Amino acid sequence: MTNVYSFRAPDAAPDHGLERNPGMGFDPACFDRLRINRSAVERRCASIPARRSIKKDHQAAWLLKAIACIDLTTLAGDDTPGKVRRLCHKAMRPVRADILEGLGVADLGLTVAAVCVYHNYIETAVDALKGSGIPVAAVSTGFPAGQIPLELKLAQVVASVAAGAKEIDIVISRAKVLTGDWRGLFEEMRAYREACGDAHVKAILATGELATLTNVARASWVCMQAGADFIKTSTGKESVNATLPYSLVMARAIRDYHRLTGYKVGYKPAGGISTAKDALAYLTLMREELGRDWLEPHLFRFGASSLLGDIERQLEHHLTGAYSAAHRHPTS
Amino acid sequence: MSVKDIYETMDYGPAPESSDLAEAWLDERDRRLGHFIDGDWHDPATGNWFETRSPARDAVLAEVADGEAKDVAAAVAAAKAAQPAWAALDGFERARYLYAIARRVQKHARLLSVLEALDNGKPIRETRDIDIPLVARHFYHHAGWAQLMDTELPGYEPLGVVGQIIPWNFPLLMAAWKVAPALAMGNTVVLKPAEYTPVTAAVLAEICRDAGLPPGVFNVVLGDHKAGQALVEHPDVAKIAFTGSTEVGRLLRRATAGTGKKLTLELGGKSPFIVYEDADLDSVVEGLVDAIWFNQGQVCCAGSRLLVQESVAEPLLEKVRARMAKLVVGDSLDKSIDIGAVVDPVQHERITELVALGREEGAEVWQPDTPMPTNGCFYPPTLLTGVEPAATLAQEEIFGPVLVSMTFRTPAESVQLANNSRYGLAASVWTENVNLALDIAPKIKAGTVWVNCTNMFDAASGFGGYRESGFGREGGKEGLYEYVKPAWEARLSGKPAYRGKTPAEPDKGQDAVPGGIDRTPKHYIGGRQQRPDGGYSIAVADVDGQVVAEVPRGNRKDIRNAVEAAFKSPGWSTTTAHNRAQVLYYIAENLQARRDEFTGLLARLTGGGRKRALREFDLCIRRIFHYAAMADKYDGRVHATPHRNVTLAMREPLGVLGVVAPEEAGFIGFISTVMPALSMGNRVVAVPSLRYAPLATAFYQVLDTSDLPGGALNIVTGEQDELARELAKHYGVEGLWYWGDAETGKFVEEAAAESMKRTWVNHGRFHDWFDADQGQDEAFLRHAVEVKNVWIPYGE
Repeated sequence: MTNVYSFRAPDAAPDHGLERNPGMGFDPACFDRLRINRSAVERRCASIPARRSIKKDHQAAWLLKAIACIDLTTLAGDDTPGKVRRLCHKAMRPVRADILEGLGVADLGLTVAAVCVYHNYIETAVDALKGSGIPVAAVSTGFPAGQIPLELKLAQVVASVAAGAKEIDIVISRAKVLTGDWRGLFEEMRAYREACGDAHVKAILATGELATLTNVARASWVCMQAGADFIKTSTGKESVNATLPYSLVMARAIRDYHRLTGYKVGYKPAGGISTAKDALAYLTLMREELGRDWLEPHLFRFGASSLLGDIERQLEHHLTGAYSAAHRHPTS
Repeated sequence: MSVKDIYETMDYGPAPESSDLAEAWLDERDRRLGHFIDGDWHDPATGNWFETRSPARDAVLAEVADGEAKDVAAAVAAAKAAQPAWAALDGFERARYLYAIARRVQKHARLLSVLEALDNGKPIRETRDIDIPLVARHFYHHAGWAQLMDTELPGYEPLGVVGQIIPWNFPLLMAAWKVAPALAMGNTVVLKPAEYTPVTAAVLAEICRDAGLPPGVFNVVLGDHKAGQALVEHPDVAKIAFTGSTEVGRLLRRATAGTGKKLTLELGGKSPFIVYEDADLDSVVEGLVDAIWFNQGQVCCAGSRLLVQESVAEPLLEKVRARMAKLVVGDSLDKSIDIGAVVDPVQHERITELVALGREEGAEVWQPDTPMPTNGCFYPPTLLTGVEPAATLAQEEIFGPVLVSMTFRTPAESVQLANNSRYGLAASVWTENVNLALDIAPKIKAGTVWVNCTNMFDAASGFGGYRESGFGREGGKEGLYEYVKPAWEARLSGKPAYRGKTPAEPDKGQDAVPGGIDRTPKHYIGGRQQRPDGGYSIAVADVDGQVVAEVPRGNRKDIRNAVEAAFKSPGWSTTTAHNRAQVLYYIAENLQARRDEFTGLLARLTGGGRKRALREFDLCIRRIFHYAAMADKYDGRVHATPHRNVTLAMREPLGVLGVVAPEEAGFIGFISTVMPALSMGNRVVAVPSLRYAPLATAFYQVLDTSDLPGGALNIVTGEQDELARELAKHYGVEGLWYWGDAETGKFVEEAAAESMKRTWVNHGRFHDWFDADQGQDEAFLRHAVEVKNVWIPYGE
């Protein structure tokens, strides 16, 4: 029997710690017999937030961690340098100082994980974030649909890295998944990884356009085999974006890939995650399915724009006992 | 721990559900729970009380009335007095009450959830998300059945007073499963909750009172087995419904034998959880969590026996162990736990002993290094691998968070292992191959088969066992029949309705076939004529004393041979219903061709004249046509369960079914009982009336020409009651119908307790076989099948 489960156990695989995932070469035996049962996945997803309840100080700490994992994002047609600078300032000071003070975490130096923008604003963002240590992530490869020639995609990646992006969020060709061209997908992903050089690459699967959870699992495998540092659900532009079921399927693929190779691949749900409650559910899923390591920004990100605002309100509520209002928190 | 520390550890922290309002509820009642009889609370007749404890906290919750016969008598009297008026209400009126109960369960959902978690020890998450919502769902659903009884179950009547004895593992849910259909169908109830978990039944009693339910319609007697036994023995109780151990179920089967009390038993299990190599293994792991680490494994249908295809066994077990290490054990009111306390130290001890036995027998025991609470009654999640079918733990129910695992090579072997059990409550089948799933589901002897899911329950779907897991169904339309009886039952007579003259003593001097060639009737076994093992024959004479035939005198070995032949001929059970219909039609056709022979025999044996014989014969032909027609009409349903799935309620033959035909009733009695059994695909061992046996032995010649496969119908002649007793004791007989005297009927029911075979006996009363209801009711088909519910979630 050749499927991923017939590979050797993880004690055989060295633990590569924080080392980047180099990929493992194209090996369809890892995924071509995978089948994902949607109903069972949905039942598990329903039980994850029901089985773990995070309250009071624990909730506050978890929400702070959520902030530390946010790729604070603006990806709109009407973005301007001014808007991007505002976002960067919010990224550096995501929560009002008095709230951090009140929670006893003023000295954490809390920032979001990264700022995510279109290529045109990389330099603006790098400039605005200077000295903060916050990396700039750029979406690339003909984001969001990816319907441009491969040479242009690669050229865009190279240009974005040259412009100062430390992280590149690429979109995969959905057509390669839908037509079963797994080798083609692998080669495309491999090329992106090489074009990125030292910049980390996040592979956006656009899960809402892949039709089945089985395709999501297989695409996750191919991207990891090709050396993705992160796998990411969505561009935020599909009609269905991040969901817990997609996340569960992708997390399990990451777990099995780690078991097989010893490399830890990161996970980034993006699009539609806008409440503190959502954030806790995703974090719980990561903790339950992947473990503590995946609750840090080097292995987990939220791709979100409005999530931070809701978390700020919850944190203030935690401190004061009174429900907060949006206008009390500085905007981006 | 500071926020900053937690930011590093990222622990969940405690999330306790407050018990304040639940404690207050108990305080308001002075922490004393009496019996609820005739709409009011009563102290125990003996003045004795016992304590109910919270096993997770090792604390006393309340004092509980210790009921016994006097209390039960008062409750039954109240229920009996209330029943006629309750049954006389129209469906809408009863529906209003049940609807009100459902609404009130929802309104007090949190109180019920907290009390249930405290009293039982199970996690608040389960009571909050599973038990209590299902309780409300059962009352809603059955409010609907109350409304629809007249139109959906025409010709059926309530039973009267129903005694219900429920276990401690799902205290309120089991109460709802039993109380809701009973009340919906116009019965009144005396409920005896388990002594470990009486609290929520008391809340339910209050809810019923506050909903305005008339006094006496629902009564609760608290206590231990003394109260249960008194309820079972009370002569005014028309039916006992029990959920609990197979051991106690056997006692109840024996105690009610011959009394005419209806009985349903929902008993133990050792349910297989079968994983094929193409399954979604990560989902399988979560399935196992829901199967065996749900309610601490104290679930009668727990998937406690993991059967995994060898090719994926190792990786699956690795995933299972990793998952087990993440299960959190703790206080039942902590919202972040997976596993609560087992119900009582007695249970804890039993689990511990069985696991130790497993280790002694060579299994490898694995438990994660999970932090265990220091106080309270907790058992860690446990996996035993290398448990071979011959091991005690592969056969015995553990009723704890303990999974045993074994492997198989092929789908055929998985079925063999799955069915290698005395139980047959449920099974879970995991494969992404729909062809395989739908091939396996019908082959497994279990009342419920979950495909790619487990422990799914709903009021619209019947739940119940095969084999020693008991009989009867709870939920769904199939469950309603457990609480009604056909109106014609009341018309059954104490005297035979069939007008046949008593045969005279055979005149030994006469030649059976004057001037002809001697004929030798034999048993008909496995499609062949077989001489009786004992080598004896019995002369059967007509009403004038003239010998009609000398039929074989069957003995226990003939029964053994017939059962063996039936067992080895599964084809009749698995062939298409259309094929069975064709064969039955063909039987009618060939029988019709021998009309003169059969009516002649009938006239001689009944002494009723040729005209009467013709009438009976023609009705036999019609009846065979009826059951030929029903073969592919009495089919299953798709239940509307509230999930994205189909729940197929499939009607399956019992398997090997013994039919002891009515002694008094000529040919029509034989045809009326054997044909429905055959029509539904049972392989029948029939014992015809001795005095009419020549008709049955003539009949096998009809069978021989009608394409009936060998072993589908076996006929053993002889002393009926003697042969009935042999059938009753035979472990391989899955069902037994008996129409004869009350004493043998009682024996049949008593003996059936051993193997839990399904029985249908007449308690010494006589059908009018010419009557369309008494001779050809749907009941004949219903008793010929088991309903298996197959849950198939879908969605790609």
